[in-house]
Amino acid sequence: MSGFLDIISWILLSLGGMFVFIGGLGALRLPDLYNRMHAASVTDTMGSVLIITGVMLQAGASLASVKLFLILLFLLITSPTASNALASAALLSDERAKANPQSTSESID
Amino acid sequence: MIELFGIFLLSLMVITAIAIVQTRHLFAAVILTGVFSLLIATNFFLLDAADVALTEAAIGAGISTVLFLSALALTDEHERSSSANKYVALAVVAVTSLILIYATFDKPRFGDPSAPVHQHVAPWFIENTSSQIGIPNMVTAVLGSFRGYDTLGEVFVVYTAGIGVLFLFGSRRTRQNGEPTKSGLDPSEGLRHYLIPRIVGRLLIPFIILFGLYVQFHGEYGPGGGFQAGAIIAAGIILYALLEGEKQALRVLPDRILTGLMAGGALLFGVVGIFGILAGGNFLDYSVLFDNPMTGQQIGILLIEAGVGMTVTGVLLKIFHAFAAREHI
Repeated sequence: MSGFLDIISWILLSLGGMFVFIGGLGALRLPDLYNRMHAASVTDTMGSVLIITGVMLQAGASLASVKLFLILLFLLITSPTASNALASAALLSDERAKANPQSTSESID
Repeated sequence: MIELFGIFLLSLMVITAIAIVQTRHLFAAVILTGVFSLLIATNFFLLDAADVALTEAAIGAGISTVLFLSALALTDEHERSSSANKYVALAVVAVTSLILIYATFDKPRFGDPSAPVHQHVAPWFIENTSSQIGIPNMVTAVLGSFRGYDTLGEVFVVYTAGIGVLFLFGSRRTRQNGEPTKSGLDPSEGLRHYLIPRIVGRLLIPFIILFGLYVQFHGEYGPGGGFQAGAIIAAGIILYALLEGEKQALRVLPDRILTGLMAGGALLFGVVGIFGILAGGNFLDYSVLFDNPMTGQQIGILLIEAGVGMTVTGVLLKIFHAFAAREHI
């Protein structure tokens, strides 16, 4: 049984790591702030959910799992809020998205 | 495995430090400083120093970043390039690094139990904590009781730093409330018109302050204590000030209460020490505060930790308000 849980936990951890990696790649490669933020925030939330669930399976039914669950809850509430606040701050300071990522021209307005 | 992770974190720290030096963009530098603090906090945690890790995470990565950002709001975002001679600086750094690296050859091996630092007073602390003070967290016992003088000194350093900042900035407000700033937004109004951060913030602030109180009063049993708790509570209230406006935060916790917290905490610490003398013991000797020496020690530690927490909260909030009340230079 514990071997089975171990396998599930490792699958979750690897998937979570993959999500975070893809998010990091997106944050580096995508053309403008909104695209980068989209890549980083969405995958970050998913990645942290997967990783913390994986660690919870490792910890089993213990106080550590309860604490991890609370951290998960905290991240699920704060991380999207932070992204939202960041995006609206960018919008307020007149940061524009690039209409066509392929074009190298800077101004579209 | 854990050494590997430690080396990984240390390498990341070196990279972050180089990035901080390299960047001319001050906002990025501030964020990188926060990253650096978080990395070193993780490193402390790997070395089983949970109390130090908590302090570094709460103060270094949390509050300092906020204070740096509020300082940055008063200045430009870009560093002026200096015309100083880079080669002299490089030579000084190179020589210093070589001397430091040479000095490490004389140091004991990493984690060596027979290193001088582990043979000096540490065994005495480990032996006597449970019999003299009777609390599980040895760090709090050392910090609060055995080395109470040091902690008293630290609290007065924090207090003096707070006074220094207030002297530089003045607690007078240079900007009248309601007067629009250059950006057209009134920061004293906070983020009242943004629904999502406001609702989430309202949800979180009580829990942040509750967690601060837990860290404060659970410091005798787990990692925690006044310094960390003060920073966490101050962070909760700064979040409130950012969301509801600085004016509203000052209405909830007026300036004179903050001044009282700042001075009162340091005063409480000193008074507990003097009570020790009055009760027939030494300065900061808590054993004489109660019939049973162990209970006296525990009460003493609880009181001085409360004093530490009060001073740290007061000073951090005073500094935050001093920054927030200033007009852009």
